[in-house]
Amino acid sequence: MMMIVSDAHTNRVANFHVFRGNPDENGEHIGEVVNYEVPLKPGWVVLDAIHWIQANKQPDLAVRWNCKAAKCGSCSAEINGLPSLMCKTRLDHMPADKPIIVKPMKTFPLIKDLVTDVSWNYEVNKKIQPFTPANSNVDTWRYFQQDADRVQEFRKCIECFICQDTCHVLRHHSKFDKFFGPRFMIRLAQLEFHPLDVADRLKFIKEEAGIGFCNITKCCTDRCPEQIRITDNGIIPLKERVVDRFYDPITMLLNKIGLG
Amino acid sequence: MMSSTEHNYETKSYDVIVIGAGGAGLRAAIEASAQGASVALVTKSLLGKAHTVMAEGGMAAALGNLDAADGWVPHFKDSIRGGKYMNNWRMAQIHAEEAPERVKELELWGAVFDRTPDGRILQRAFGGHTYRRLAHVGDRTGLELIRTLQDKGIHSGIDVFMECTVTNLLEENGQVSGAFGYWRESGRFILFKGKSIVMASGGIGKAFEVTSNSWEYTGDGQAMAMAIGAELIDMEFLQFHPTGMVCPASVKGILVTEAVRGEGGKLTNALGERFMKNYDPERMELSTRDIVAKAIYAEVRDGRGSPNGGVFLDISHRGADYIKRKLPSMYHQFLELGDVDITKGPMEVGPTMHYTMGGIRVNPETQESPTVKGLFAAGECSGGMHGANRLGGNSLSDLIVFGRRAGLYAAEFAKQQTEMLPIDNEKVKGYAQALVEPFERKGTETPYPIHAELQHLMHTKVGIVREEKFLKEAIAELAVLRERAKKARVDGSRAYNPGWHLAHDLINMIDASEIVAKAALQREDSRGGHTRLDFNFSDDKVWRHRTSVASRATDGTLTVSYFDKPQMPKELVALFDKAEEKTAFETEGKF
Ligand SMILES: Cc1cc2nc3c(=O)[nH]c(=O)nc-3n(C[C@H](O)[C@H](O)[C@H](O)COP(=O)(O)OP(=O)(O)OC[C@H]3O[C@@H](n4cnc5c(N)ncnc54)[C@H](O)[C@@H]3O)c2cc1C
Ligand code: SF4
Ligand code: SF4
Ligand code: FES
Repeated sequence: MMMIVSDAHTNRVANFHVFRGNPDENGEHIGEVVNYEVPLKPGWVVLDAIHWIQANKQPDLAVRWNCKAAKCGSCSAEINGLPSLMCKTRLDHMPADKPIIVKPMKTFPLIKDLVTDVSWNYEVNKKIQPFTPANSNVDTWRYFQQDADRVQEFRKCIECFICQDTCHVLRHHSKFDKFFGPRFMIRLAQLEFHPLDVADRLKFIKEEAGIGFCNITKCCTDRCPEQIRITDNGIIPLKERVVDRFYDPITMLLNKIGLG
Repeated sequence: MMSSTEHNYETKSYDVIVIGAGGAGLRAAIEASAQGASVALVTKSLLGKAHTVMAEGGMAAALGNLDAADGWVPHFKDSIRGGKYMNNWRMAQIHAEEAPERVKELELWGAVFDRTPDGRILQRAFGGHTYRRLAHVGDRTGLELIRTLQDKGIHSGIDVFMECTVTNLLEENGQVSGAFGYWRESGRFILFKGKSIVMASGGIGKAFEVTSNSWEYTGDGQAMAMAIGAELIDMEFLQFHPTGMVCPASVKGILVTEAVRGEGGKLTNALGERFMKNYDPERMELSTRDIVAKAIYAEVRDGRGSPNGGVFLDISHRGADYIKRKLPSMYHQFLELGDVDITKGPMEVGPTMHYTMGGIRVNPETQESPTVKGLFAAGECSGGMHGANRLGGNSLSDLIVFGRRAGLYAAEFAKQQTEMLPIDNEKVKGYAQALVEPFERKGTETPYPIHAELQHLMHTKVGIVREEKFLKEAIAELAVLRERAKKARVDGSRAYNPGWHLAHDLINMIDASEIVAKAALQREDSRGGHTRLDFNFSDDKVWRHRTSVASRATDGTLTVSYFDKPQMPKELVALFDKAEEKTAFETEGKF
């Protein structure tokens, strides 16, 4: 029941390699990794160390954060190569002898240092038809917790865009104009699975949102700090609905055996 | 760095400018837009990230889904009693009456609340609420609220300005004319011309060392509004939430939702005693926050605290499945940040600065400032609704009730204006010059250590318990910090420069802090979120009827005076019987 704080890792000085830089005219990340020695305190997360650097070494180091409680999804960055929330990544869980590398999300254009331009995501969201109930008399609405559960899993999303940063379709292939990315697949799934929503977004999901670009690698799910099962519970059921609607069984079969 | 003589800025014009995109700002913007106004929604962080996103336990509304006896009257009475009768009675009434409609409207816009067995919105018990009243989504109700309003807002024709900080409000002869600020990304300046303004910028918690609040809580709205003639009321009343995390140091202050107690969590001291029986035997853990916070403070002071200077809070008897379903964020928060499995044993908790009860003085019906025409305020930056102590869950409902009203009346005000007021360009240039001036300073100190000292000062001398001696010292030390803050050096360029942003925010925090300290010094009385060790009782004859009003004098000094507050009409007073009134006070003076 008592706190366990391992001293071995916490009262040490850690070596941080923090990206500092500015974008070129295309938003490319131009800059260098700067070395900072940071004396750690028990229980610190990466964001504590970044704040220490700001207060003691580099007052203009740019970092985006709000809550420092893993609730707002502002502080996404790549820590030792893994897209993560800086305020949720504990330092005493990391190897003591290696430098800790902190870089901005690679998939998005750079603004400065650790801050990237995520405005594309907000543009995508605007294209999605919002919740559309059959009637507006809420007093008559009834649905049960098990129906809510399925939708609430997706509504846990804190819009950290870590899944967007991770997904190879965006990260490596830059299909920003063709694929909405995992975050908005679950936004769509949430609307489609809402027990009272009557809009039909399947054509949109196939043609505009580009669900076909997802090849179910599940990398997004692995990194989601909210542990949303993006692929299994969101994308795959959506894909099934799209398939049911748009592909008749014969075409499907031919597709499967390579004759389609 | 920019040359200091020439300052360019872009100019935008709107009927209504809403500053802040938390629950209050978003709801105001949606309403103003629905009334046909053109609306700018300006926020210093990204859309959907405002402080509101952190709210956990729920929003209070007398839907009566579980307890049919609930209605606006019990909710009104609970709010007034929780606020130690200091609330603006009319706001408390409007809030209780309108909250159910506003919550249902959220459902209409796509919110998915937890359900009752018969498929309606589930409600949970919370401190100070007589009935099960809080509509909720596990322990992430704020996220549900903000995302619902965000998704509604982006289809409402509102122009959103993200990561854009407003630094000054503009007025002509006591009427608002616009707002000035900068883009955080580039540091470039922007001028908004507007017919009316809704301030929805949140609280002042970042002036304190141990706080549950986000970085945005620097008192910008309070300071800016005062600068053009608005008044702040009740600023001595700060809510220290009884249960923040206490260790490790990194997470000190992070909130442990009251829902833990709402779901049956028990508080014990180092002796294993359920100590709330000594402070509020009837309501125990579900007493109001001010009482539980001071009880924990007293237990720790008297040597019955936990190893890390808190007390124990245990929910493990509810079983792992239940806890993971109803309190999932708490489960993960403790497991990942605190190395504690709350399904197996207790957490250590202690008070954390949580909520600013006071704020911009407004008309209870319209949310307009009585002293500045066209300036409206809603949400945590406004004052009056919660009196001396806010009940849990009453903020989220406050945001949607008064956010909507502020948007409605701001749009109406804008409609009555035939044209935009002229903008004094010289004034704007002065504001721009003041913003870049820190780059020219040669001092050695950056704003960061000054901020840390401010937080420590407020925590130790203007915190959960207060005394004349320390309040006087604090006021003197704040003056010194202000001088240091005016000299704080800023490095680098204007592009996304947190040091520069802090240099400016710091002055706002010092303004707000000074008012809290001055109001606290004058109130020789203890009630709700204000406890004086040297006046450790509720002096109802003198103080129950008085409200502090702060403003900026023409010479720039911040002054606080006390006035009689509006009298509750007889028919509402009649709702309270004598016995009830007594219980609202009897726990004071035990600390
Ligand atoms: C951890 C936690 C849990 C809580 N749980 C609950 C709960 O369960 N129930 C409940 O009722 N209440 C709860 N509260 C309280 C409640 O969340 C807040 O009081 C409420 O969300 C405040 O909302 P708001 O709209 O007034 O402001 P906020 O949501 O704080 O938004 C302020 C906005 O103003 C903007 N802003 C500030 N200054 C400027 C500037 N200078 N220029 C431009 N923009 C600016 C910010 O960027 C932000 O968009 C909780 C609070 C915390 C901290
Ligand atoms: S599962 Fe699909 S969405 Fe997720 S990372 Fe892989 S390709 Fe991208
Ligand atoms: S789905 Fe998960 S990873 Fe993606 S934005 Fe939401 S919270 Fe972040
Ligand atoms: S700062 Fe909010 S998620 Fe990290």
